[in-house]
Amino acid sequence: MSDQDPRTIPPAAATPEPAPAPASAPAPAPAGPTPEAAERTTLATRIGRLLGSLLIPALAIVTGLLVGAVIVIFSDHEVVGGLASDPLGALGLGVGRAIDAYGALFAGSLGDPGRMLTAIGSGDNAQLIRAFRPISESLLSATPLIFAGLAVALGFRSGLFNIGGEGQLYLGAIFGVFASFAFTGLPMIVHLPLAVVFGFLGGAVWGAIPGVLKARTGAHEVIVTIMLNYVAYRLLDILLKNPPFQREGSTNPISKIVPDSAAMPPLIEGLRVTWWFPVALLTAFAVSWLLFKSTKGFEFRAVGLNPGAAKYAGISVGLTTALTMIVSGGLAGLAGASVMLVQRGTLTPGFSPGYGFDAIAIALLGRSRPSGVVAAALLFGVLRAGATTMQASTQIPIDLVVVVQSFVIMFIAAPALVRGIYRIRTAKVTGTEVFMKGWGA
Amino acid sequence: MSVVAARPYQIGGVAIARHRVSGLVYILVAALIAVMWGTVEPGSESRFDLNASGVAMTLPPLVLPSGAVIWGLAGVCAFLGAIQLTRGFGARRGLVLASVILIVVVTFLVWAASGRSMNLVGVIQATVVKATPLTFAAMSGVLCERAGVVNIAIEGMLLTGAFVSAVVGSAFGPLPGILGAALAGGVLAWVLAVLAIRYKVDQIIAGTIINIFAAGMTAFLSARVLTEVPSLNAPQRVSAIAIPVLNDIPIVGPILFSNNIFVYGMFFLVCVLHVGLFKTRWGLRVRAVGEHPKAADTMGIDVLRTRYLNVIMGGMVAGVGGAFLVIGATGRFDRDMTAGRGFIGLAAMIFGAWTPIGSFLASLVFGFADSLQARLSVLNVPVPSEILLMVPYIVTIFVVAGLVGRSRAPAADGRPYEKE
Repeated sequence: MSDQDPRTIPPAAATPEPAPAPASAPAPAPAGPTPEAAERTTLATRIGRLLGSLLIPALAIVTGLLVGAVIVIFSDHEVVGGLASDPLGALGLGVGRAIDAYGALFAGSLGDPGRMLTAIGSGDNAQLIRAFRPISESLLSATPLIFAGLAVALGFRSGLFNIGGEGQLYLGAIFGVFASFAFTGLPMIVHLPLAVVFGFLGGAVWGAIPGVLKARTGAHEVIVTIMLNYVAYRLLDILLKNPPFQREGSTNPISKIVPDSAAMPPLIEGLRVTWWFPVALLTAFAVSWLLFKSTKGFEFRAVGLNPGAAKYAGISVGLTTALTMIVSGGLAGLAGASVMLVQRGTLTPGFSPGYGFDAIAIALLGRSRPSGVVAAALLFGVLRAGATTMQASTQIPIDLVVVVQSFVIMFIAAPALVRGIYRIRTAKVTGTEVFMKGWGA
Repeated sequence: MSVVAARPYQIGGVAIARHRVSGLVYILVAALIAVMWGTVEPGSESRFDLNASGVAMTLPPLVLPSGAVIWGLAGVCAFLGAIQLTRGFGARRGLVLASVILIVVVTFLVWAASGRSMNLVGVIQATVVKATPLTFAAMSGVLCERAGVVNIAIEGMLLTGAFVSAVVGSAFGPLPGILGAALAGGVLAWVLAVLAIRYKVDQIIAGTIINIFAAGMTAFLSARVLTEVPSLNAPQRVSAIAIPVLNDIPIVGPILFSNNIFVYGMFFLVCVLHVGLFKTRWGLRVRAVGEHPKAADTMGIDVLRTRYLNVIMGGMVAGVGGAFLVIGATGRFDRDMTAGRGFIGLAAMIFGAWTPIGSFLASLVFGFADSLQARLSVLNVPVPSEILLMVPYIVTIFVVAGLVGRSRAPAADGRPYEKE
């Protein structure tokens, strides 16, 4: 059943552990390269394999963008209106509009390389900032997505579907903002880390509920996390309308402003991307270490691959489940904190455009590997940041990106579809790494 | 296999039988009632109006002594808890759970209305209306999950149904609008079925994909098309049809017999599904496919076909639920207008233990919380009324965790079926 990529098994078996490697026992016999084969792998075959594993994600993204273009073309009323009289002309117009839209999207998210070069050549600070602003915006959008994507990926590795990233990041934002104005008079070196820890804790508390309930009562984490998402939305509504969260003198649901001592400073003065971005990358390294180099991470993965075997090897499945959800919730909490704990950060009801749900797509696209998650989050960051420019310059609604994302996940989750479209014969890369085992199992 | 593991709780190494935990929870509830709501002014009264506006026959209002009712019912609740704790109610536990919920609701109402007047019939009327989309969503879930396919895409199907009903309803009238919504829901459900059954995609992921797609697509089209062509977002609404004679019965009449076609359709659907699932050959087959597909297959039932058909029917039901939000209620589509109703419907299905009647009652409870919230925010009660909006979600968490009552999913729910 387990569609675990075989290449991730050997490092696990290599850890100095009473290895319940049979966790992957049901997998067909050649579960990984034998030692001799591993020695024989040359750089070329490695690159070839890497490209092979990137083929389906790349095709999924391209196909998703193409479907998006088709939607742009056929939702244009001038195009639809002209189809009857002048089909070719109308289609040409539509294709032109779609190209314009994607052009605006990538210009808004990646910038203009020529302009960057001239800016570097001139050395003029204002010009440099203007040239690199699109990239800054993309990295800014990608930051919470990295944290939230890691949260979902960690759950997947342990066989848990954390669909509650959204609620957990709400709690992270609530706790983080609370810490930012509840403690006063602290220097930044104390205040900011304290607020970040609070953000982690907020998410961890919200993740602990489904984790502990699953461990003790078997309550399915999908149901509990969905419900907790909505509890979190309502909680935020209530908090923002009452002291101490509501801004003094305001009747709107808006929080106080995060003081500068609890705000992550910008990476480069004048651009919006902050030190949160490097922190997110470091967190990805930490999660990678946790999952693949530490004993706890080995237990996480063992439980995810085969709870029965893990239990037989002496791993407490309940404890591991609870712990995974706590850490996963904490990571999602950091996503919320990373949006809030910035200069002039304020908490409002709609502060998250669905980062917690994008995170599911990101974890799937990144195949639940921290490096993959970072790459997928950067891609989604580019799409999100660029969509704002696209909407401003071509009037094509930002929601197009969401539709494209849904197609990308569909193609990732059902690789047979992509293989069918492009007539790819062998299944080099297999499907998703989690398999639902029914509501209760 | 089931949502709730059947083993007893372990607290400090001591196994505690489930009925004792429930008993403790009930006593705790009684204590909370007394502490939170028992503090009403001595001698204050709660007035409940029993007349809907514009009804010929009028009834005198119901006036209750607030303190006495609250303390008395708290006592009854504690008493039930004590019996549950000591010897348990056995087969009648469901009834006891229902009584405790009723006690909580009544005491809360009495507390909220103490020293004021509240139109009870108005609240219940609104309850039925608010429960309608939830019931359609829950019935969609029942149809899919009884056949063994988890459907968390109900939210997306509602939203798509709402959008399509707005566009088709504007262009061709209410009835085509409803049919179009059913068709749209059915198409999305077909996609879910293909992903889940043919491609064996994890059903939660498949549902998530559909939810994301529906949210993005309806928002995209409403911004790109509906704002440019506003005449496509102005469907005619269906009006309430009062059933003669029955409508004149006090209290019951305005609640049950003066509604629009969606509400009558909901009552009809619940009855049909209940009879269909539990009294007909079709229902037996569907349940067999959901519980033990291999056995069903051995007996000659086409498992995959049954699943396809049920999921598509479920999608159509959800689509009609979405149409209610536009054609039966607001008269226009707004982005994200379902606001989580699909998930509340899912919660109602779980709370109602995957049965049509149970899910309907659960939808009524959740609809009641919603309508009460709307009423209380006007009444100026000293508590953030939004807390009531959390009730469906928190109750569901309690139910799936088995802290109060217990709900069991069909055994093969969420598992792809592979013929050998």
